[in-house]
Amino acid sequence: MANVATPVTTTPKYDEDLLIEEYGYDDHFHEHHEGDKYQANFITTYIFSQDHKIIAKQFLITGMFWAIVGALMSLVFRLQLGFPEESLAWLKPVLGKWIVVNDAGVGTLAPEFYYALVTMHGTILVFFVLTAGLSGTFSNLLIPLQIGARDMASPFLNMLSYWFFFLASVVMFFSLFLNTGPFAGGWTAYPPLSALPQASSGSGAGMTLWVVSLVFFVVSVLLGGINYITTVLNLRTKGMSMWRMPLTIWSFFITAIIGLLSFPVLVSAFFLVVFDRELNTSFFLNEIFINNQALDYAGGSPVLYQHLFWFFGHPEVYIIILPAMGMVSEVLSVHSRKPIFGYKAMVFSILAIAFLSFIVWAHHMFMSGVNPFISNFFVVFTLIIAVPSAVKVFNWIATLYGGNIRFNAASLFGIGFVSMFISGGLTGIFLGNSAIDIQLHDTYFVVAHFHIVMGVAAFFGMFAGIYNWFPKMYGRFMNDTLGKIHFWGTLVGAYAVFWPMHYLGMAGVPRRYYSFDNFETFSHFAGLNQFITIAAIVTFGFQILFVINFFYSIWYGKKMTTRNPWGASTLEWTTPIKTGHGNWPGKVPTVQRWAYDYGKDGKEYIPQIVPAQEGETNVH
Amino acid sequence: MGMASITMMFAAFTSAYIVRQAAGNWLEFELPALFFVSTGVILLSSASLHGSYTAFKKGREKLYKGLMVLTFLLGLAFVVLQYQGWQALAASGVELTTNPSGSFVYVISGIHAAHVLGGIAALVVALIHAFALPFRFSAARKLRFELTATYWHFVDLLWLYLLFFFLFQ
Repeated sequence: MANVATPVTTTPKYDEDLLIEEYGYDDHFHEHHEGDKYQANFITTYIFSQDHKIIAKQFLITGMFWAIVGALMSLVFRLQLGFPEESLAWLKPVLGKWIVVNDAGVGTLAPEFYYALVTMHGTILVFFVLTAGLSGTFSNLLIPLQIGARDMASPFLNMLSYWFFFLASVVMFFSLFLNTGPFAGGWTAYPPLSALPQASSGSGAGMTLWVVSLVFFVVSVLLGGINYITTVLNLRTKGMSMWRMPLTIWSFFITAIIGLLSFPVLVSAFFLVVFDRELNTSFFLNEIFINNQALDYAGGSPVLYQHLFWFFGHPEVYIIILPAMGMVSEVLSVHSRKPIFGYKAMVFSILAIAFLSFIVWAHHMFMSGVNPFISNFFVVFTLIIAVPSAVKVFNWIATLYGGNIRFNAASLFGIGFVSMFISGGLTGIFLGNSAIDIQLHDTYFVVAHFHIVMGVAAFFGMFAGIYNWFPKMYGRFMNDTLGKIHFWGTLVGAYAVFWPMHYLGMAGVPRRYYSFDNFETFSHFAGLNQFITIAAIVTFGFQILFVINFFYSIWYGKKMTTRNPWGASTLEWTTPIKTGHGNWPGKVPTVQRWAYDYGKDGKEYIPQIVPAQEGETNVH
Repeated sequence: MGMASITMMFAAFTSAYIVRQAAGNWLEFELPALFFVSTGVILLSSASLHGSYTAFKKGREKLYKGLMVLTFLLGLAFVVLQYQGWQALAASGVELTTNPSGSFVYVISGIHAAHVLGGIAALVVALIHAFALPFRFSAARKLRFELTATYWHFVDLLWLYLLFFFLFQ
């Protein structure tokens, strides 16, 4: 490479106000919004807010609450898995009757509740944290700020989107306290456990609340998605062509489109489940006996549910990972002071991943009895996803290569994301082969794969985003030393938790089992299971550090003194430190160049609002 | 975009239908004749709404209002006819739980009817606009009307698709 480490001769100072005044255009926004009727009092400012920045914070903090709840649940069932002999009687004050204490005073976790915890952990993390907490937060925060819009296309729908999410949260939270326990049939809610109220203790009221909550959640996603798409298509400022958009916006945009096309399919599946549950239809239920009693069902197919569910479920994992990818692209480019490598290849690979995500669903069902010849198609398409994914990984590494990298918490989490995505992606190639799946399906190998590639990786993307845009959200910085400790603890901890699971999985240890007492073969994994549990507890400790850092920094963090602390070229850093309603106090800035002019013509960076200079080369 | 979502939902239902049908234990039955009457009704309603829109653009107030009322009545008639179609279906021995083939017809046509009711709600708003506000041609009102009409034609076409699907699958 010839242009490695372009020598930076000047660190230019830009007067954003002057540039916006000179080149921006006047949309008379503030004349129409005199007195800021949207932020008249406490309730309209902070609770029923229609301002996208506040809604982003609402999504983030609700997501964080759920992340803590979900993580604590995983610790409880990890304790059971790692230390089945130890007494859990000390958890009785919290979990009540779900801890069964015997005469000797030894408390064990009730198996039903173990399944409920696993189910809730999955549901909460996939939907509430990594869908709403991730794309809900950052799509809301960044779309208007980075495309130069005053707010979302419909601030009202945007507010509704959050409150539907809140409603879904309340219903799900309530289900945790049911006498019969929350739903316990796995986050995928396969029938018959989901379709027969009498199938297990959580299948009754627990499942009812689960499905009600998720329908509210889907409404939230659809309202949000319609808004994001409309905003990106219609409200870009002058000069912001699609090919000048930062990769964050591209990823949020494509994510919203995937969500809009896949969530309705989930609702269809739920409709049919509800009909089976409440009106005795036989969509998913065949002849079934419970307690020697024949039920009045005939001819239904549970595999049909799996088709519908995974037609949504596979795109869902890209709904989770694409926003993380977009933010990581942005963070890596900004903090290595280099333009993103292969901008158009990045966009096309997002599009390719989005398209492929809709035609690979049956790779979740290789062992469900689908025709092996049909499986072949799904194997091929699944493995093709490796191509755009590899393009992205190559481009991230090429962006870092020769860069003048600032190693702060944000960029470290960005780099950690790439590491996790590679490790988790490679095991995906194993699992994408239907033949290897005969051994690996439903084992801890799968658990390790998806936790690394979409769980931990998405969290790393989210952390990179939070550390990077925290100053934009709160006008203060998070403590970077604590951030670095958080990063190293999480990186090592996450690998310590999930790496050993690959070995469990290759040996055939099935996931979701409450106890392996009956399997002599697996008894020598007891020590490894203890190690995983301890690693999980330690890793959780590092997340507490993050939460403390987050809330401490909101009120006591180091204050922002300049509006563009990272020297980033995108529009959100041209707004004032205290960004009010409407984002820009005067005119709306216009965009004169693409989002990645770093290290160009001897300048460290050139903001998007700076017009092409005389003699400038390569204006995008 | 909303229509893309709804399309995906019904695509899911109808593909579920195909998959389930291939699995066997599938009762073949005749659709109630009333479904064909209702099809005619909803097609007429689309035509009358389009007529109303043309009249609105040409400034012919009476025709515009009259045809919109007609559309509204035809929409209501469609929902009632669908309901009577269900009753006829049940009377012929195909009830909701008899066989998945029947269950699908009930669920799919029921959810379609729910979307038609959404369209009727939009028509009610359009009617209020037509009768409560003084007649005026403006870009905002044209857009509003266009959106209502687009949705209405969409649920109409969706029903045509579903009917042909039921007939030929």
